[in-house]
Amino acid sequence: MLNPALVAPRPASFAILRREMLRLYRRRGQLIQPPLFFVLVAVLFPFAIGGDEHLLRALAPATVWISVLLATTLSLEDIFRSDQEDGSLEQLVLMAKSLPGACALKALAHWLSTPAPLIAMAALMSSVHDLEADTRSALLISLVLGTPVFSLVGTIGSALTVGVRGGALLLALLILPLYIPVLIFGAGAVRNATLSTATGSEYFFLAGLSVLAATLAPFATAAGLRARLS
Amino acid sequence: MHAANPIALDVVDIECLRGDALIFEHLSFSVSAGRVVQILGANGSGKTSLLRMLSGLATPTAGDILWHGEPIRESARFHEQLIYQGISVGFSVSLTVRENLEYALAIAARGAQASTARALARVGLTRYHGTLFGRLSSGQRQRVALARLLLVPAQIWLLDEPLTALDRAGKELLEEMLLGHVESSGIALVATHQPLGIPPGYLQTLDMDRRTAC
Repeated sequence: MLNPALVAPRPASFAILRREMLRLYRRRGQLIQPPLFFVLVAVLFPFAIGGDEHLLRALAPATVWISVLLATTLSLEDIFRSDQEDGSLEQLVLMAKSLPGACALKALAHWLSTPAPLIAMAALMSSVHDLEADTRSALLISLVLGTPVFSLVGTIGSALTVGVRGGALLLALLILPLYIPVLIFGAGAVRNATLSTATGSEYFFLAGLSVLAATLAPFATAAGLRARLS
Repeated sequence: MHAANPIALDVVDIECLRGDALIFEHLSFSVSAGRVVQILGANGSGKTSLLRMLSGLATPTAGDILWHGEPIRESARFHEQLIYQGISVGFSVSLTVRENLEYALAIAARGAQASTARALARVGLTRYHGTLFGRLSSGQRQRVALARLLLVPAQIWLLDEPLTALDRAGKELLEEMLLGHVESSGIALVATHQPLGIPPGYLQTLDMDRRTAC
């Protein structure tokens, strides 16, 4: 069942998403930054761990998950920042028929702008890293199922820290602990796949976390925005 | 002629605290339909805070704001009839003028009371419909905000320093728009220091320094 408050009138929700995509397109140069950051972090692990091939292969899924998590966290601050600076956020809070619906669309736009390209990059890198087919598909499936939580919960943090000086670090401190369950189940799924055991329960947990976040996070984000702007 | 109009917006003994600082207290005034209220006052006297409270963005620390006798917090009707124009007018620099206006219309979901082209023509920005908002001068940005007032139907206009950076023609345009708005029973609250060319019958002033409404 869809929550009725989330269903903004169709033209409004379309306009919000269209605006986000247009802004993304106009700033497309910045779109490449999270994937680059992700690759850099992933490349740092072998330097720190050393040349042991077995160890590297065993740790590869975990390093991918950690890199995606960090790259995503870095981009959270931008979700509401420019809207707050130019006054668009006040307009959204005042004018939107359904603020939680608008917040859900903001989270969707963030997912499309950051985690989605990262997953594409992870797919590319896992073929370079010569992972087994099972491990690779488990990695990608777990990322697709788990990263919506990053965007949805991240939107709450972004709303709570909008307009705060040095908000980026505060945001990371607030949000990273909340990402732990996703990391546990995500990395767990990949580990199970490597050991050729069942991965179903991890997938279900990740999907469940995503659904939970999609149901609750937009309302928390809307409440956070109202509180920050008052 | 307008004295007979019933009170539409009633501000009852509101107080504004910011942290420990008292910005204003015991502020009461009422506005009937068909009036422009010019809000005067020194910097820091609480003009912006008052407008934000009237918009519902902020809540008074004491007192009530009533719209036709109903607290604005609980009045869905009030929010459907409101346009708030802050000092940051609320357009994205990376969208064009037309994209910004169409988005403003769409999120309000109230329909349009004019076509975008006509609104842009009226504010003198026809040539700039495809220009990125970030490339406009500050006066032109204010004009885009005026175009929004022409587009989005609203009975209550809350305008914070709308004359900033507007040239003489822009100021006359806003005065003309304000007059048209109140003649069709609209209400406008305008925070500005410049004298407004509005006939006295339509104009009331609220001085935040002396706390007098007349």
